[in-house]
Amino acid sequence: MSREAILAAIKKNQPATQVLPDLAGFSHAGPGDPEAFRKVVEALGGQVFEITSFDEIQPLVAEHYTDVSKVVTINPAYFAGAATQWQEGDGRQLEHVDLAIIPGQFGVAENGAIWVTESEIEVRVLPFITQHLAIVINKDKILPTMHDAYAYIGAPTTGFGAFIAGPSKTADIEQSLVLGAHGAKSLTVFMIG
Amino acid sequence: MEQKHKEHSVLAEAFNNNEPRVNWHDETLWWVRQKRDKMAWTLPEWEELREAASQIKHNVLGNLHDYLLAFEKNAIANGAVVHWAADAAEHNRIVLQLLQQQGVKRIVKSKSMLTEECHLNPYLAEHGIEVVDTDLGERIVQLAKEPPSHIVLPCIHKKKEEIGDLFHEHLGTPAGNADPKFLTAAARLHLRKEFIQSRVAITGVNFAVAETGEMVVCTNEGNADMGAHLADVHIACMGIEKIIPERKHLGVFLRLLARSATGQPITTYSSHFRKPKAGQQVHIVLVDNGRSRQLGREDFRNSLKCIRCGACMNTCPVYRRSGGHSYHNAIAGPIGSILAPNLDMKDYADLPFASTLCGSCSNVCPVKIDIHQQLYKWRQVLTKEGHTKKTKAAGMHAMNIVLSKPGLYKTAGGVGRWVMRTFPAVVNNGMNPWYKQREMPEAPKQSFADWYKKNRQ
Ligand code: SF4
Repeated sequence: MSREAILAAIKKNQPATQVLPDLAGFSHAGPGDPEAFRKVVEALGGQVFEITSFDEIQPLVAEHYTDVSKVVTINPAYFAGAATQWQEGDGRQLEHVDLAIIPGQFGVAENGAIWVTESEIEVRVLPFITQHLAIVINKDKILPTMHDAYAYIGAPTTGFGAFIAGPSKTADIEQSLVLGAHGAKSLTVFMIG
Repeated sequence: MEQKHKEHSVLAEAFNNNEPRVNWHDETLWWVRQKRDKMAWTLPEWEELREAASQIKHNVLGNLHDYLLAFEKNAIANGAVVHWAADAAEHNRIVLQLLQQQGVKRIVKSKSMLTEECHLNPYLAEHGIEVVDTDLGERIVQLAKEPPSHIVLPCIHKKKEEIGDLFHEHLGTPAGNADPKFLTAAARLHLRKEFIQSRVAITGVNFAVAETGEMVVCTNEGNADMGAHLADVHIACMGIEKIIPERKHLGVFLRLLARSATGQPITTYSSHFRKPKAGQQVHIVLVDNGRSRQLGREDFRNSLKCIRCGACMNTCPVYRRSGGHSYHNAIAGPIGSILAPNLDMKDYADLPFASTLCGSCSNVCPVKIDIHQQLYKWRQVLTKEGHTKKTKAAGMHAMNIVLSKPGLYKTAGGVGRWVMRTFPAVVNNGMNPWYKQREMPEAPKQSFADWYKKNRQ
């Protein structure tokens, strides 16, 4: 009802247009630095393992997690014996998942963020509802900055996508940093290459 | 004239009664400001980024009409339903109606300063619907029956012991346990139950992209995602100024937002909601509530560029030493003091005077809003309109109280730090009667008491 009135007021009150800035100067031609990426992820409270084959994932999980029994993976090659048919339901079926292992499209060196979309994760809530999250990315898919990230993504093709940088956290109580607010309590990145 | 609330000066004075608390608040926010500096300085292109962000936002102000139409068209094509609300009351009615259609009595909401501005929670409560705020800080102030005191750090005015007591009372945690890790774990369990039971989730919006019709929501906790992805109905409430033109512009804003807010390189989650998940409804409520009017005020329209990072609050010596609640407005601090008089000049006439006009806010603002100049201009407007007779004197008095507490800083090093925090920017720009009496003092070698005695007029 108010739509026309709001739009009319805006049209009347908006200032003269000004051109958009050129963002070309912010982008980089080359790839990002995996070492820089690793450092940021670690500073955010995550851990990074460099692997050469998916076979290394399962022993690393066994070594580094003590509280994981229900594992969900996107790619069966990541983890033998992971849950199957976990996709069926409205997301609540994932309430008791201990570890989700998902692929990420690329990482961003400047901030440790990994781009994850609906087309890989299948159920949107998976990387958030799981107690622990592991993301597998290719070592040669590290981009320098967010400008390069959006250039790489281009036009959106999926209904949902997220940058995930480190584990869920909060500092709301006296600014003390606590990992594990509502999303995953830990983040492990497997960099394969 | 009937006032709905006490003025900033009175509230600030009350906040200053608890001196250790004020000092803690002051030092903690200054520490957040320093984290921001460190992050900003790691990027050589920081100033160019701020300039680009400011220019993008300026372009948005000049094309808001068309961008809103484009956003609406694309959002509808994506499968969302778009609603328009002229003011807070209409926004609240729209949300209520959506909730009534679903027949729900208890829902989850992630952080949205807009819904605070519209007083959505009390309105829904009157209609028998309970809103559970899921951002930890917001949940804490909600249990305490208080509003947030900071747009990014909602319970920064609370000590952990008080939070422990609140959790003991409401969530049944052991009495006397005030360990942040323990309390956060307890809140996680409590709020997971809420996410699981809730069929509707309300979220705010950080950026809405005209080009794609998508909304970006940034959190560290993951609460917006937990709520929205589990819900049958996702209601996203946003001010009309949240629009940005193109997706690539997100690169600029996501680089600035978290660095400015808390000194992080990016928030943990930057979620891009474009299409509803299968079987889900997405409703987007576009809210004006005075924004189109502010757009027409040439001196104040830049305030609509704000991306709500909170940096201007963390750096403000008056905010740090008077507390968010002293601003009696959903958005506190320097930016709140520019936005509020647009909503109600008489009611918020005191706020533009709650500042030393030192300019530190403008220096840190990631979208380069001329905050302190707008505060100065509001003073002129409010004086001309006859709203400021008492306020001006009270404001001066409050500045003296807020900024002259020697506190704990009796050592030479402590004084240096106090001076830096209290006068974060050295701007004697002649606009401010309070500032006229003082120059930036050298960090003194004598004790604060001596220094203070010499320097007060
Ligand atoms: S005015 Fe600027 S510094 Fe203040 S909250 Fe808004 S964007 Fe941040």
